[in-house]
Amino acid sequence: MKHNNLVNNDYRFKIANREALIGVGLAIFNFIWWYGFAYGLGSKDPSEYSYVFGFPAWFFYSCVLGVIVMSVLVIIVVKKFFVDVPFDDEGEDK
Amino acid sequence: MNWQALIPLIGFLILIFIIGIWTSRHLKGSSSFLQDYFLGGRSLGGFILAMTMTSTYGSASSFIGGPGSAYNEGLGWVLLAMSQVATGYFVLMVLGKKFAIVTRRYKAVTMVDFLKERYQSKWVVLFSAFSIIVFLFSAMAAQWIGGARLIESLTGLSYIGALFIFALSVLIYVTIGGFRAVALTDAIQGSVMFVGTLILLIATIIAGGGVSAIMSDLATENPNLITPFGADGSLTPRYVSSFWILVGVGVVALPQITVRAMSYKNSKSMHRALIIGTIVVGFIMLNMHLIGVFARPILPGIEVGDRVMPLIALEVLPAWLAGVVLAAPMAAIMSTVDSLLLLVSSTIVKDVYINYVEPKASYKKVMRLSIGVTAVLGIIVFLLALDPPDLIIWLNLFAFGGLEAAFIWPIVLGLYWRKGNKYGALASMIAGVGLYVLSDTFFPQPLGLHSVVLPVVLSLIAYVVVSLGTQRKADVENVGI
Repeated sequence: MKHNNLVNNDYRFKIANREALIGVGLAIFNFIWWYGFAYGLGSKDPSEYSYVFGFPAWFFYSCVLGVIVMSVLVIIVVKKFFVDVPFDDEGEDK
Repeated sequence: MNWQALIPLIGFLILIFIIGIWTSRHLKGSSSFLQDYFLGGRSLGGFILAMTMTSTYGSASSFIGGPGSAYNEGLGWVLLAMSQVATGYFVLMVLGKKFAIVTRRYKAVTMVDFLKERYQSKWVVLFSAFSIIVFLFSAMAAQWIGGARLIESLTGLSYIGALFIFALSVLIYVTIGGFRAVALTDAIQGSVMFVGTLILLIATIIAGGGVSAIMSDLATENPNLITPFGADGSLTPRYVSSFWILVGVGVVALPQITVRAMSYKNSKSMHRALIIGTIVVGFIMLNMHLIGVFARPILPGIEVGDRVMPLIALEVLPAWLAGVVLAAPMAAIMSTVDSLLLLVSSTIVKDVYINYVEPKASYKKVMRLSIGVTAVLGIIVFLLALDPPDLIIWLNLFAFGGLEAAFIWPIVLGLYWRKGNKYGALASMIAGVGLYVLSDTFFPQPLGLHSVVLPVVLSLIAYVVVSLGTQRKADVENVGI
């Protein structure tokens, strides 16, 4: 039994695969948010910068707000879409 | 000597010590020494898991070197550092449940165990073990140097004296406590890092006269300091973005991180760790690096970047509080060192010795060997750190990238792609490490990217092409995978 573990149709692997894809999706969203605000707003001359809470706007949206947005997204995604499954094999192998 | 700052720091070390001794009593009643010593019996809850990942990952570089670079480069460096926020959720989501289920089935205790069962190849195991030992060993030596420097600058002791104190305290509690001691102390260290960062940030903003005042000071000195492009405009979008591979998503392949993705108790604790981890990593990375930037108008003209953190803490806080806050970088360094130490010794004992030298070693022998190897390794690192050879420092610079180039595809595709086989894995590891070493030596920034990017791409191609090309061969040899 040792060798053919990865090929069986364990229902938990479907869940795991979906959650891994969610992780990839979040990282891509995170990158776009981070890159878009940083270079979208930050590429002009510093004398034309606008400021939010004392920070240059590009920095505030990209880094400060970015962390908050990602934290909230992770909370929502985990609470809504992540499914509890047992990790051990005893009992639930069907 | 700054006793007021020193006493809280010593208190912190003693606390860590007591935990090591306390958890070693737990170890004595254990039925499975290997699982317990190296994985804490797979019983980590969400909070401890999140903290141990954060503090293992947040090493000397993010607490001492990172703020120092931010001091020199300005907000552009903070932007770069924020690529690390992804690690908070990415690793646990991608390895996530599948890794937990599969490694339990395999009874894997180390990352190499997983690779061994997945690929059934001696060469994959030996090459992996070799990469881990070489890269992590040198990464460890550099951390010890950082720890010793911190104690040195606080106490005024000689470098050797400081190194001795640091080494002794780390060694004792890792040797006797194993992974559970490491994870538990990581949790405390992670919390210290979190609170310490917050206190220092607030004090720094107050000392600088508010964020707006600091920003206009910076802009007056050099407008580039508040752009995303770095003090001299050298941080290009392409270069900064490629850090997403090095310190963001690539972290999924670092053995000290993956081993934590096998150690959670159940899926509930994994979910909690995801949430806590994301918030804590984001908070610490943002604020630690911001402190570095904010320190610039308050304490201009610091030449050595590594000294920014200790100096700003001593400047803006009362001495006793600075001691408490400086326990944070101390915590970061110690918790990275202890995890690496344990990982290298588990690679030697479990992956090489038990697999290929003496598979039937008795329980007692394994236990004595594990503790012995951990201690001996610590002593060797101590000797290396006394007078660090250039090679070690050079190796350390790219230890993370080397490990990522070696392991990212054998792990991720090994987990999610059925057709991946041992030939693909081996080709991918050799191509990744080889190209990374070459590229880092001869073309430090190919196409304006960090030198880790191309090896990661090429090792993907090697993995896929060689795996597909050897399908039939692998099928005949190895029915099932």
